[in-house]
Amino acid sequence: MAALSVRGVHKRFGPVEVLKGIDLTVENGEFAVLLGPSGCGKSTLLAVVAGLERPSAGTVEIGDRVVNDIEPKDRDIAMVFQSYALYPAMTVRRNITFGMECRGVPKQKQSEAVARISGLLQIDGLLERKPAQLSGGQRQRVAMGRALVRDPLLFLFDEPLSNLDAKLRVDMRTEIKQLHQRIGTTIVYVTHDQIEAMTMASRIAVMDKGEIQQFDSPETVYNRPANLFVARFLGTPPMNTVPARLARDGDSLAAIVGAGQPGAATLPLPTQTAVAARAYMDRDVILGIRPECISDGAKRAADIPATRIEAEVEVSEPTGAETIVLIRIAGVRLRARVAPDIKLRPGQSASFSVDTRTICLFDPQTERLIA
Amino acid sequence: MRLAVNQQSMKASSSAARFLLRPTRWLIYAALATSALFFLVPLVVVLLNSVRTAQEIGLGSLIGWPSVFAWDNYVQAWSSYCIAQRCDGIRMYMGNSLAMVIPATIVSTALGALAGYSISLWRFRGDSIIFAVVIMGVFLPEQMKLIPWALVLRDLGLSNTVGALILIHTVQGLSFTTLFCRNYFVGIPQDLMKAARVDGAGYFRIFWRIVLPLSPPILVVTVIWQFTGIWNEFLYGVTFTTGVQQPVTAALIAISVTAPTDVPQYGIQSAAVLLAALPTLLVYFFGGQYFLRGLTAGAIK
Repeated sequence: MAALSVRGVHKRFGPVEVLKGIDLTVENGEFAVLLGPSGCGKSTLLAVVAGLERPSAGTVEIGDRVVNDIEPKDRDIAMVFQSYALYPAMTVRRNITFGMECRGVPKQKQSEAVARISGLLQIDGLLERKPAQLSGGQRQRVAMGRALVRDPLLFLFDEPLSNLDAKLRVDMRTEIKQLHQRIGTTIVYVTHDQIEAMTMASRIAVMDKGEIQQFDSPETVYNRPANLFVARFLGTPPMNTVPARLARDGDSLAAIVGAGQPGAATLPLPTQTAVAARAYMDRDVILGIRPECISDGAKRAADIPATRIEAEVEVSEPTGAETIVLIRIAGVRLRARVAPDIKLRPGQSASFSVDTRTICLFDPQTERLIA
Repeated sequence: MRLAVNQQSMKASSSAARFLLRPTRWLIYAALATSALFFLVPLVVVLLNSVRTAQEIGLGSLIGWPSVFAWDNYVQAWSSYCIAQRCDGIRMYMGNSLAMVIPATIVSTALGALAGYSISLWRFRGDSIIFAVVIMGVFLPEQMKLIPWALVLRDLGLSNTVGALILIHTVQGLSFTTLFCRNYFVGIPQDLMKAARVDGAGYFRIFWRIVLPLSPPILVVTVIWQFTGIWNEFLYGVTFTTGVQQPVTAALIAISVTAPTDVPQYGIQSAAVLLAALPTLLVYFFGGQYFLRGLTAGAIK
């Protein structure tokens, strides 16, 4: 059973079309993350699912029931907001029970539920406090408690961690993931933070300009981005996307970076990629390669075929755990990731090893993934 | 360590003392004192006259220290002085004013809070136009509305009743109360409304359980504003009521009418004016701090 299916949803605010035909099916028990830059429509999509906004066209189904004309409270959902949206004049206990009070749940049941949830989230000691007396992390927990107490079919999270400081965000990320593993309820989670998306999601829907660009597992979205937007949006630093030319290389194909220029690098393509890209032989493509696939080569295992290239170092940026190096091959700039103990000076020429197994090729016109 | 702190605080206080001694500082205080005096003179004159006898004022001048304190002025003004051929003092008219101001204040504040809540937190088609129309009432001079009100009161059969004034002040007050409450409520985050809707709360429950508990500052401001405005209002009172139906502001005019042969009763008249001003003064003393704070308070976080 699909916990959520969105079909052909459009949303217009006056002349502005914020959602341009969204189709999305989230299976039961999934942790789906809507990821995209600000203004991509992800929060609007969530509001449409919650029933806080009406779609201009299309249908929303929650648990195999069309909910277009159903009020938020009757959609069997619970929501956590970016600002937490705790009711300022109520104690934590009241905040948690307010929804049950609205639905007429007996007092006895209410206190049982509060006891269960406050134990689960370790907020027992805070129940009689007002939201203003809580720290950011505690407010976050209470907001989660208010959602959890409902035991809904679908949890909606609208950037719940973006108001927390960096350290707390990492902790809460782990906690939310553990919580999901424990209770197993379907979650739709909106964020602009790709680390949150990668670490928590079972599938990521990457959104841009009111459309879903790709909806797939974190590994696939990261390693096989459906188009150039996804390739350039994910990863810090993002995937290198540079012009290249496909040419015959023995029985197979190779991508030539900086073709026709002195110092051009020839990268042999893996068989699968070569087969899929046969039609692009002798044509220009966009080559995508992750910075971590261009490295110093020292830590490469012997059984991984590596291609060595010569490049000029432009800038070297140590981050502690690794060093990001901006290199130039025949006038084309790429980023590489090397071990922190490798010292490279600007202007120096160095040898790098390229892991060609994960090379992506994109059509320069449609910007879509070829292979 | 403690010694250092003491030295520092001593240094701070001595520099403050030096600042106080500067001539510019004295100029500022002199200017402030002069203007304060200027504004207080009328009140002082009325206060002093309210305890002077008619003979003393008649023989001397309007300004002067009472030779004996004639507290009886207040008793007479309250219960026996003759106003427009009725010798019952102003108590009945005070009663009229209270009977007018209390319901009109409560109803206009309650409706304004509800209207402000609807306009600010429940966006609906045409809400900004409706708000603009409501706010226009703030700028309409009351003289302009005299004739329309006269027609409405005639048709409702309310002419010359306290009820008429309650109706007028409730309706006219809505512009202000709606404006005040709306401007306060727009500071309530939309996410709270969304959370409440997901929780299953409706229009009135959200108002009652979430919005009202956040509202005491603005409600105090609105109540003070309405109370003083309605209590002090004169034009409608004198136009639409006569005789025993008049509010105290209208009756005070009748009190100042003295037959040419009589000695003007400035002492009793002053006492009556002060009694009539007492309720608004009390409201200001007890609520004034909220008023100043509330007018500047904006966001609720």
